[in-house]
Amino acid sequence: MTHATQALDQMRPPSPAEPGAGVYSNKLGMWVFLASDVMFFTALIGSYIVLRFGAPGEWAKPGAVLNVPLTAVNTFLLICSSVSMVKAYAAIQDGKKYFLRPVPGKFLRDGGLKFWLLVTMLCGAAFVSVQVVEYIKLVGHGFTPAGFREGSTLAEHAVADPIKYGATVAGLYGSSFFTMTGFHGFHVTCGVISMTYLYFTKVLPEKYSPQDYRGIEVIGLYWHFVDLVWIILFTIVYLI
Amino acid sequence: MTATSSPHASTEHKRPNYVLIWLYLFVLTVAEVALAFELPVSRNVKLLLLLFLAVWKALLVALFFMHLKFERWRLRLIFIVPLPLAAILVTVVIMEKVW
Repeated sequence: MTHATQALDQMRPPSPAEPGAGVYSNKLGMWVFLASDVMFFTALIGSYIVLRFGAPGEWAKPGAVLNVPLTAVNTFLLICSSVSMVKAYAAIQDGKKYFLRPVPGKFLRDGGLKFWLLVTMLCGAAFVSVQVVEYIKLVGHGFTPAGFREGSTLAEHAVADPIKYGATVAGLYGSSFFTMTGFHGFHVTCGVISMTYLYFTKVLPEKYSPQDYRGIEVIGLYWHFVDLVWIILFTIVYLI
Repeated sequence: MTATSSPHASTEHKRPNYVLIWLYLFVLTVAEVALAFELPVSRNVKLLLLLFLAVWKALLVALFFMHLKFERWRLRLIFIVPLPLAAILVTVVIMEKVW
């Protein structure tokens, strides 16, 4: 960091913490939003559990309809994006606003805020892209929100082995799968859009400093929450 | 920087080893997939173990990545309070279905 930038950072007055919860209002607002989002996803997950409990037949076996290895890789991608997000957070705390900087005597370069946030955005975009590809393939094979499409490959498999493919409850399975993963995908997309906006309006012009990096902390909270929800969804939708 | 003047006052703490947590999450994800497809255990045991692993992973993310471990209790409560409400919601609806 140059001396001029350092001096400019020190001149910026830090925003006062809120007296009630002890945190600034943007962060408090994000936590309240996340609390409401917990209830939103609970309603979805709760409905899924109730539908599964009360369904007249057995749900499809794990891996029979859905591509678990692909989604496991996608899960890992989202986890990696969470790590790059905390690295971006740590970088701005240390005043590392740069992209990459060589470290004397080391082969690897030191990543700054610009690098780690870009990695997070790319991982998030890759996650959504893989999900879109998964949807296209599933619909192509005949798995739709209404169940198995007549005449499709999956419908034929379901006739041959109705228990493995959960033929009797395919409609419930399809609608709950697409609703839950779709809403989660929407959350990821919103996160990527928000991060892209921050990247071009705040991060590239170096508007954040070790004294004030509220935008990074708030978007980070949202991003980790999206990762947390996916961890639960992956287990209950794909593995159980 | 005093505690009241900084907007990040509640987050001043010893930084966790993020790479180690990432490794934990990776190993737990591999364990989940292996458990779901490879291990010959009964369905109920598998269900319990998978839920346990998922909660463990979610806790790692919430405590260390979202820094809940280092936040004040007042802030933690905002996140914790909806969880029992959520559990009540699911339990009541399931009970209604079972009865």
